[in-house]
Amino acid sequence: MSIWEYANPKKFLTTSERLLPPLWGLSAVLMLGGLIWGFFFTPDDYRQGATVKIIYLHVPAALMAINAWFMMLVASLIWVIRRHHVSALAARAAAPVGIVMTLIALVTGAIWGQPMWGTWWAWDPRLTSFLVLFLFYLGYIALWEAIDNPDTAADLTAILCLVGSVFAVLSRYAVNFWNQGLHQGASLSLDKEENVADVFAYPLYACMAGFAVFFVALVFYRTGTEIRARRMAALIARERMAADA
Amino acid sequence: MSALLLRDLRLALRAGGGFGLGLAFFLIVTVMVPFSVGPTPETLAVIAPGVLWLGALLACLLSLDRVLALDWEDGSLDLLATAPVPLEAVVSIKALAHWLTTGLPLVLAAPLLGVLLNLPAPGYLWITLSLLIGTPALSVIGTFGAALTVGLKRGGLLLSLLVMPLYVPVLIFGAEVARRGASHLPLEAPLLMLAGLTLGTIALMPFASAAVLRVNLR
Amino acid sequence: MPDLGKYTDTVLSAYGVSLLLLLGLLVLTLRRGAKIRARLREVEHRIERNG
Repeated sequence: MSIWEYANPKKFLTTSERLLPPLWGLSAVLMLGGLIWGFFFTPDDYRQGATVKIIYLHVPAALMAINAWFMMLVASLIWVIRRHHVSALAARAAAPVGIVMTLIALVTGAIWGQPMWGTWWAWDPRLTSFLVLFLFYLGYIALWEAIDNPDTAADLTAILCLVGSVFAVLSRYAVNFWNQGLHQGASLSLDKEENVADVFAYPLYACMAGFAVFFVALVFYRTGTEIRARRMAALIARERMAADA
Repeated sequence: MSALLLRDLRLALRAGGGFGLGLAFFLIVTVMVPFSVGPTPETLAVIAPGVLWLGALLACLLSLDRVLALDWEDGSLDLLATAPVPLEAVVSIKALAHWLTTGLPLVLAAPLLGVLLNLPAPGYLWITLSLLIGTPALSVIGTFGAALTVGLKRGGLLLSLLVMPLYVPVLIFGAEVARRGASHLPLEAPLLMLAGLTLGTIALMPFASAAVLRVNLR
Repeated sequence: MPDLGKYTDTVLSAYGVSLLLLLGLLVLTLRRGAKIRARLREVEHRIERNG
């Protein structure tokens, strides 16, 4: 039993069909639980007041925005090296989810920044990097949409994803160099001292887990949709060929 | 390979090759800037390095679809792909031809246009130098974008969308060098980063461009 | 409803926009999934009948 068995579209479909209901359920429980816990049952921060509650949306979304791109990078690599169609389709399926996460992180950040920093937007390195990430997602999705031949599209977007990843890291570095930031450091790290307080941390963990499971469920579902769309296109093409013959 | 370079240069210089259009665009953009931000010399002096860099970048961007499109249409790209020259070398030559016909004229024009924007005196040297170092990277990265979109009917807008995010680091470091140069600040760090970016992209991007072109020629 | 003090608008709009985006993504995903599934079934049926 190897992981590559799931590269078979049929096998992927039956397995994801079985996994999806518990995944949807788990993500709903974790997200609703975490958000309700955070929204109703945590105290206000002594400096940020009630705006601290935005953290339960902002941090998980930002985390998933980056992880989604990373997942696309891995899936693209698998496609380039092992030519499994499911992998290419999974990368395609993840991109719109990633761009929505990026958008949530940007919007909640702007709404939070308005009262806290006194501005909707600042050209802070982290903010700017996310804006650049947003542009990368846009280009990636647009390239998928623009190309008719599915294998060509998969190849080109995979290479764009690899090259884009390198340039995204370069941009992050360049942007850091270009402007010192307003943004606070990591909210969570293994280094205990600078972490957010425990009252905020536990619901935040729940939300992060919830967003992650939600992402996985969405990508499974969307990949299944892409597989079916591919199969449909193939069937229609075969039918047409039979009719012509 | 030098025959290919000469052929590309001749094609670009001939009428309809689009040579000079990038330069004209650069001029137009620079002229438009004072109309949009006002004629105050102090304001113009502050933004001059950035505007010149952005103008050069856009002029570069707009001429990218010509890098491969003509050869794609008349089928000579298919011939080049089967020629005994590796495709990596072909795309490098294409990028070099683009730089010689678009990038280099932009570099030479930038100090002249700086006069229009009241560029501070030490800025002339640094805008020229930073563009000289940075524009090759723009051509090489742009060739990758052109290779990605070469088979598409209306690839122009998509090309801009794909290439712009890739231009971000070059623009940041390049404009930083020009800006610091214009106001007498130390600029070794961004200058070295810019040079490193250019060398790195020249060394590595042709492989990506060639890989993409192979997919499109399949 | 907890007392959000002077930040009521800020917090509620952040939650509103985010939930709207998440729900929108979910709905679009499920709708396209259902549509493709139905169409695929239709095509498979047609091919079965016509041999």
